[in-house]
Amino acid sequence: MRNILAIAHKELKAYFASPIAYIVIGFFVLLFGYFYWALLLFFNQQSMRMMGLQGGPTQNVNEQMIRPLFLNASVVLLFILPMITMRTYSEEKRSGTIELLLTAPLTDFQIIMGKFVGAMALYAAALAVTLLHVGVLFAFGKPEWVPIVTSYLGMLLMGGCFISIGLLISSFTRNQIVAGMVTFAVFLLLWVINWVGSFTGPTTQAVLDYLSITNHLDDFTRGIIDTKHLIYYISFIAFGLFLTARSVDTERWRG
Amino acid sequence: MIEVQRLTKRYGPVTAVDDVSFRAERGEILGFLGPNGAGKTTTMRILTGYMPPTEGKAVVAGYDVQEQPIEAKRRTGYLPETPPLYPDMTVRDYLDFCARIKGVPGGERTTRVKNAMARTRIADVSHRHCGKLSKGYRQRVGLAQALLYNPDVLILDEPTAGLDPKQIIETRQLIKELGGDHTIILSTHILPEVSQTCNRIVIINKGRVVAVDTPDNLTARLRGTETMFLQVDASGANPEDALTGIAGVRHVRVAETRGAVTALEIESEAGRDVRRDLAATVVNRGWGLLELRPMRMSLEEIFLHLTTEDAAVVEPRSGEVPVA
Repeated sequence: MRNILAIAHKELKAYFASPIAYIVIGFFVLLFGYFYWALLLFFNQQSMRMMGLQGGPTQNVNEQMIRPLFLNASVVLLFILPMITMRTYSEEKRSGTIELLLTAPLTDFQIIMGKFVGAMALYAAALAVTLLHVGVLFAFGKPEWVPIVTSYLGMLLMGGCFISIGLLISSFTRNQIVAGMVTFAVFLLLWVINWVGSFTGPTTQAVLDYLSITNHLDDFTRGIIDTKHLIYYISFIAFGLFLTARSVDTERWRG
Repeated sequence: MIEVQRLTKRYGPVTAVDDVSFRAERGEILGFLGPNGAGKTTTMRILTGYMPPTEGKAVVAGYDVQEQPIEAKRRTGYLPETPPLYPDMTVRDYLDFCARIKGVPGGERTTRVKNAMARTRIADVSHRHCGKLSKGYRQRVGLAQALLYNPDVLILDEPTAGLDPKQIIETRQLIKELGGDHTIILSTHILPEVSQTCNRIVIINKGRVVAVDTPDNLTARLRGTETMFLQVDASGANPEDALTGIAGVRHVRVAETRGAVTALEIESEAGRDVRRDLAATVVNRGWGLLELRPMRMSLEEIFLHLTTEDAAVVEPRSGEVPVA
């Protein structure tokens, strides 16, 4: 555990020593803020209109504003998470520091977990800034807090899936740009994979829906913690990290 | 302290290390000498647990590197060919991180880092970023990293590469000092380096161990003898006895007999050319003299290559015998 934290700490420090951390957090918060603003304007307009129509349905800030906000933000992750993961292994391989890690008394698992925790911490820091946006809603209204908490949980888990794939892809190459591009392409594919679902048979649709990482976020944004999705995300992360461990080990044999 | 048994490493069809065995006792400085691409780095990488061998095993400080990697690594300090530095970290932060992952307890970390910096004379750059250091400083930060937790075994891959002459002398001095209580393996392709710092030398060429000996013995062995390769058609007679009798010949060995043709290796005293006498003896007996040439041993070849730093690699000829 101490070793994992030592590496996570080093990773986090490296993010903040380079522009990556600032770009990732800045970019994410900027886009989150834009969606927040756009949805808020739309929500206000809708509320005004409903008030005009006396006796119309009351607007729900959770359903109409917070949920779409997180669904939009999940798309932003496709762009920013490759920036976090692309350097994790590639840079160590290129600079030769991988030799330091692999000859230190550490297990491969500890190194991978350290990198995963470091990347998750940066991602969580970016998410934490958005608590301000959501907090403002509490100051002026009465949103339900349960769906908000589950949304954040879902966002963290979904980000974890992306980060575990990103680590795996970064372990394949010593070129950061290649790692970043491939990671981005894979993320996009995992996002759109169920779009053809309605044109295919029901079985194919079910499979594709299941594969789409973003699809599993939906229930979390509604305030539901379904074990089905929880297990999907956790096993996805575990599988990604396992494959990364295999990849690092194979690299050893190849030299 | 270090024991390497029949180590072999293949990358696909290429054999980088071929059946290498040697050992180093506690407190010994073992020089690993060989031209570039001889398999020095690969052997060291196997010893440090960076990569597994295809065959054979390596035992470091009593632990099999493959079976108990964590225990072995805990007792090994390693300076790779390129110092593994993080360019964005300051020297102090970097060493602190290294101490953490090597399991130095929190309370000792500051002192250990301070000691390592003092020993390698890098305290003056402790607040500079590793990426901005000169080659000499990088090398010494790498060395500090290897010394950090006072390991039983130090494995140094070309520790003086890229240093200026003054730093080279300082580094060699430091290695000698460390030799007392650490077992050190250092690799180099510079001959004077090993003869100055090491107790014992392992010469490796094309993945094979060519010789293991003390620097003095090796030099004596090289200067002491000369070897001739002789092929005669003795038509049934035994040329071995006849040739042993010649003045200056120390040893005659039959390398190959093919029908009436015998191939021999003849060792003679240094500085004494026995070729004329050999030829005369063969002719006088009425044998056919098919070939007579001085034979270079591969050890000498490597020495030559290392001392002259000649870019042209001398290809080994058939009929050569490794000294080991």
